[in-house]
Amino acid sequence: MHLELTSLPSVVDMQDPLNEDQAKLKQNLQKAERKKRLRSLMLTLPLLAFIMITFVVPIAEMLYRSIDNPLIAKNLPNTVKSLSQWEQQGLPDKEAYNALAEELIRLYQSKSLPPLASRLNIEVAGMRSLMMKTGRKLSTFEQINDYKTAMIKIDKRWNNIEYWGAIKNLSSKFTISYYLAALDFRQNAQGDIVAQPEHRQVYLNLFVKTLGLSALITGLCLLLGYPLAYLLATLPDSKSNLLLILVLLPFWTSLLVRTTSWIVLLQMQGVVNDLLLYVGVISERIQLVHNTFGTVVAMVHILLPFMILPIYSVMKGISPDYFRAARSLGATPTIAFIKAYMPLTMSGVGAGVLLTFILSIGFYITPALVGGRSGQMISNFIAYHMQSSLNWGMASALGGILLLTVLIMFYLFNRIVGINNIKVGN
Amino acid sequence: MLNSINLKPYILLPIFLGISLNACSADKLTVVSWGGSFTKSQVEAYHKPYIKETGVEIVSEDFNGGLAEIKAQVESGNVTWDLVSLDKPDIVRGCAEGLLETFDPSILPAGDDGTPAKDDFIEGAIHKCAINSIVVSTILAINENQFKGKATPTKMTDLFDLKTFPGRRGLQKIPQGNMEWALLADGVSAEDVYAQLETREGRDRAFNKLNTIKEHVFWWTTGAQAPQMLADGEVVISSAFNGRISNAKRDENQPFKIIWDRQMGYMNGWAIPKGSKNLERAIEFVVFSSKTKPLAKQAAYVSYGPTRKSSTINMDKALLDTLPTAPQNFETAFLVNDEWWGDYADELNEEFNTWLAK
Repeated sequence: MHLELTSLPSVVDMQDPLNEDQAKLKQNLQKAERKKRLRSLMLTLPLLAFIMITFVVPIAEMLYRSIDNPLIAKNLPNTVKSLSQWEQQGLPDKEAYNALAEELIRLYQSKSLPPLASRLNIEVAGMRSLMMKTGRKLSTFEQINDYKTAMIKIDKRWNNIEYWGAIKNLSSKFTISYYLAALDFRQNAQGDIVAQPEHRQVYLNLFVKTLGLSALITGLCLLLGYPLAYLLATLPDSKSNLLLILVLLPFWTSLLVRTTSWIVLLQMQGVVNDLLLYVGVISERIQLVHNTFGTVVAMVHILLPFMILPIYSVMKGISPDYFRAARSLGATPTIAFIKAYMPLTMSGVGAGVLLTFILSIGFYITPALVGGRSGQMISNFIAYHMQSSLNWGMASALGGILLLTVLIMFYLFNRIVGINNIKVGN
Repeated sequence: MLNSINLKPYILLPIFLGISLNACSADKLTVVSWGGSFTKSQVEAYHKPYIKETGVEIVSEDFNGGLAEIKAQVESGNVTWDLVSLDKPDIVRGCAEGLLETFDPSILPAGDDGTPAKDDFIEGAIHKCAINSIVVSTILAINENQFKGKATPTKMTDLFDLKTFPGRRGLQKIPQGNMEWALLADGVSAEDVYAQLETREGRDRAFNKLNTIKEHVFWWTTGAQAPQMLADGEVVISSAFNGRISNAKRDENQPFKIIWDRQMGYMNGWAIPKGSKNLERAIEFVVFSSKTKPLAKQAAYVSYGPTRKSSTINMDKALLDTLPTAPQNFETAFLVNDEWWGDYADELNEEFNTWLAK
């Protein structure tokens, strides 16, 4: 039958145009599909542009700034060249003095010395005024035969390898010096990487403290949030809605208002101290704010909704049948809760923990207001370098390390919990 | 839905804005200061008379001090601020980093009594990047209610005397001023303070002195905190900016008392970010505002001392007594060396922060 059919020429002839038509149809269909896809892609373009402009580009710029070091190579090319053979042991040769002196005069006269002097001052204190003074005085001399003697006469610090070492260490276009400083290391005059002197080691401890505090705050949020989320999920709707509003109301209140309210409550002459004193728990007023305790309390309060909401939404979707089934199979309420119910909530817990932890690592305003001396975190120092010390390279390096820490946390979290198992809702 | 919205205005708006901004920049100055009662004193003493005389429009903006915004504007080449009220340490630093316009001090007019400008201004007020208009002092202040029937602190060293004056102290969370006070209280003479702070021994000496009160210190960061903590009874003695304390006394009837002994004086004045689009007008404003009368007028609104000696000549005695520059207040004053801090701030800030965290 089949053979007969194909052997008929008319049928064969008819099949070909049909194929052609089909192919055309397919092509048209594909075209339409592509148009559709393109259109939907176009719809996501604003979002893509938004993410690029507000997220990707600034982060890339920040990372670039943390290693960018153009000033010395650009402004002191001859000095850098003549220092290239220098072993950083004894003083550099006369040629280096000559090159630096000539370039200092040129930079001073064109008024472009200040930024360079400031950059070097970050590495060695006092170098700003040393460079400015030397440039200013050299410019006033009529004729100089021996730059080396002249420079040492202007300031005997030019006899010190420390200052030459700083120029040499920063002579390339890119530097790791900000990252070294952010990890409490420095490059000494010989160019070796050594630990910062003890009285200047601040950042490493601060990173550890920031991570520790964030872990503590996340743990406390989980401890407080889990039972509350369970209560919210199991109460009848009329009651749970009211409770949910109580959770959300502070969530919608300004962060600043909530933080300053904690100061009012916890300060020495505040309500909490009054109450404790009245009840007789304490015999004299204790310090509850402007320290680590204050930071932890205020941050737990502020971050609690971020823990409760994902857990609640996951719990809401768990059928009570599982619990009943476990009970009917002989489990005690506790066992049934731990073995049957809790594993089902883990995806919500995962989301809550990750959200709270990452938010608290970067927290800035609350520690600044209630942290006092001991409750400061790494973001407070990033802000300090942005606003006060104007050392934006350092701020970028600290930010870069913070970013890396978050990525590592995310990776570890993915390995342990699995990112696919995270649920914010159902 | 989308078709029904006319997109034309949205496309035209940015273009229109761009044009109008350019058109406006000709006779409009953007003047940036610290807000609150301080900005008000400047508006009354400088802005209003200047607008009246020249007809130039002034847009007043607020900021929190520091150089971060100026640096961002100068680096991006889009300078929108024309005049900024900067503290002397920031003036020195901004000048050193090349963020500020420089100007020739010979353009300053003589005082109303005929004294040439360079003699009329107190030492250090004329800087190549700014004209300082006021002397601000970091002083110690107490709440008299807390010392009723008890010995009252009267001198700077009482800050470190926990035995006679127990209780918490408020200090600003920066090394500037605190390091100097610690060394002075430890018996270092005023001339030797900065030489000592250059050495390891000197710094350790200062930190050791501060260690004696470290556990009793509340470290404040913004000017409003100090009077607040004093009023709340959170601290018994606190460092503060003198104007904040005077204003709290005058406007809120707070029972505060200023200890002028070893006041740490520094200045504040007008600086112009490098690349200001209205440079000529801005310089005109600086010259106008630094004349004898406007300087005297500002002191009536906020208790900071005018930098021109001629401004105090016809001043009300009661007002003069509240200023840091009044002779009896200024006797033991210590002038903060801003040039020195320009060199050592990076390093000492790190040491100070390490010490704080310990």
